[in-house]
Amino acid sequence: MGLSNFHDIKKDFPIFSRQINGRDLVYLDSAATTQKPIEVIDSITSYYKNCNSNIHRGIYSISIEATELYENARNTIAKFINANSSREIIFTRNATEAINLVANAWVSANLKEGDSIILTEMEHHSNLVPWQIIAKKLKLKLNFIKIQADGGLILDNLDDLFTDNAKFLSLTHVSNVLGTINPIKDIISKAHAHGITTLVDAAQSVPHMSVDVQNIDSDFFVFSGHKMLGPSGIGVLHAKKDILENMEPFLYGGDMISNVSLREAQWNDVPWKFEAGTPNIVGAIGLGKAVDYLDNLGMSNIHKHEQELYSYAIDRFSDLKEFKIFGFENKDSTGGVISFSYSDFHPHDIASILDGESIAVRAGHHCAQPLMEKLGVPATTRASFYVYNDESDIDKLFDGLQKVRSVLT
Amino acid sequence: MSDDIYKEIILDHYRNPRNKGKLTDSEISAQDNNPVCGDRITIDIKLENNVVSDVKFDGEGCAISQSSASILTDMIMGKTVDELSKFTKDELLEELGTPSLGPARIKCALLSLKVLKIGTYQYLGTELPEDPEN
Repeated sequence: MGLSNFHDIKKDFPIFSRQINGRDLVYLDSAATTQKPIEVIDSITSYYKNCNSNIHRGIYSISIEATELYENARNTIAKFINANSSREIIFTRNATEAINLVANAWVSANLKEGDSIILTEMEHHSNLVPWQIIAKKLKLKLNFIKIQADGGLILDNLDDLFTDNAKFLSLTHVSNVLGTINPIKDIISKAHAHGITTLVDAAQSVPHMSVDVQNIDSDFFVFSGHKMLGPSGIGVLHAKKDILENMEPFLYGGDMISNVSLREAQWNDVPWKFEAGTPNIVGAIGLGKAVDYLDNLGMSNIHKHEQELYSYAIDRFSDLKEFKIFGFENKDSTGGVISFSYSDFHPHDIASILDGESIAVRAGHHCAQPLMEKLGVPATTRASFYVYNDESDIDKLFDGLQKVRSVLT
Repeated sequence: MSDDIYKEIILDHYRNPRNKGKLTDSEISAQDNNPVCGDRITIDIKLENNVVSDVKFDGEGCAISQSSASILTDMIMGKTVDELSKFTKDELLEELGTPSLGPARIKCALLSLKVLKIGTYQYLGTELPEDPEN
């Protein structure tokens, strides 16, 4: 095994120094949220201790410092995903808010009755429910790219979906349940050929692999900070600058204006016209630090690390009776996620018994109920890996799963 | 800590559920599910002179939800409708032997009681309280 790259990395994450019921924490739920390295935590306390102030308007030193930290984070993130300009980076609360922003500010202004939005059957609820609502409001149709048994999308009939009425495509880059990597570059290029505007939900890809928004060529691209070592409450919308220039704001108020009279107002420049009110300053700063940390490890090393963990886990789990991994046959996977069933044990029982061994896994539908229906199960158990996981975590999970069998049979 | 909730009585009823199945001509019949984890329970009750003379449950889900339903059906045999409507969660949890069920699993344990309450209130024609299982 070549996992020496990230040797001793748990030391960077203070949560792993605590004991739960006398045992080390085995954290296998990073697809839900990730743990935070000390650099990120320190950047948050340092902001509040040293330069807490509002940004953009202050004439005094600490406000200038805070503004610089906030805007530098924007630059860091822009470079990280290879955006054309940091003016294309909008800070939101999370990927969900970024999707709602696009639904309300762009789709509602550009689509009309009879138009259709294309989604896929593997979407997280965050990339499904906002479109259901906007579709009801504007009388739009929703059409879906179907998923096949191995967890990949069925892409040979895209032309049937990309009709003249199809105006918008929103799809996930990586499945949060199966880890499947969708060939979004190809899909987007086909969509663009039909004049369809595109959004990529990158909440599960940006944390785990190197991404290049110019190469992907998406019109909108969204992700969440907390799934990539950053704080919760900060997310990112990337969009092409000409689209942002021609888009009306989503939220209105302070900071997003350039000039206000009693009866009307003009908007600030992009991206600030989309950041109404005092933003999550410290969230952005913390996310910038998280990106520095990931950059330091190297995204290709992270991807490799997760795939090595995945292979190690597959080897270990092949000894378990009646253990089934969903999407196992699909080779295009981040390797960061294992969704499984284990005999007829219910995922909640599995997760409860593992919790007794201080192992944190997810049990349930993972905010993807339509996908669960497709897989023919009400719920799965999901173990998801990140930079701080190692073989010992997999070994403990294996022992835990054997305990599950001994308790329940 | 958490595997302490898998007491012998729970595992016994999980492996060998009592009163599992359906009743066709039941006076009380109700179903509910737990949207978070997909647990699903149906309870059918046959009454004679306002007293439970037969009861069956059906469903699928985790060990806690299914064993709790099995235990509950054993407990309500011979009870009056009035007693059903007054049945408390403490009675059920005491029988389950797991007072320490955390917030994550208490809903699984009380799903069967919720179904019982839905059916009983429907039969009585009275309005269901907001949290019928509590």
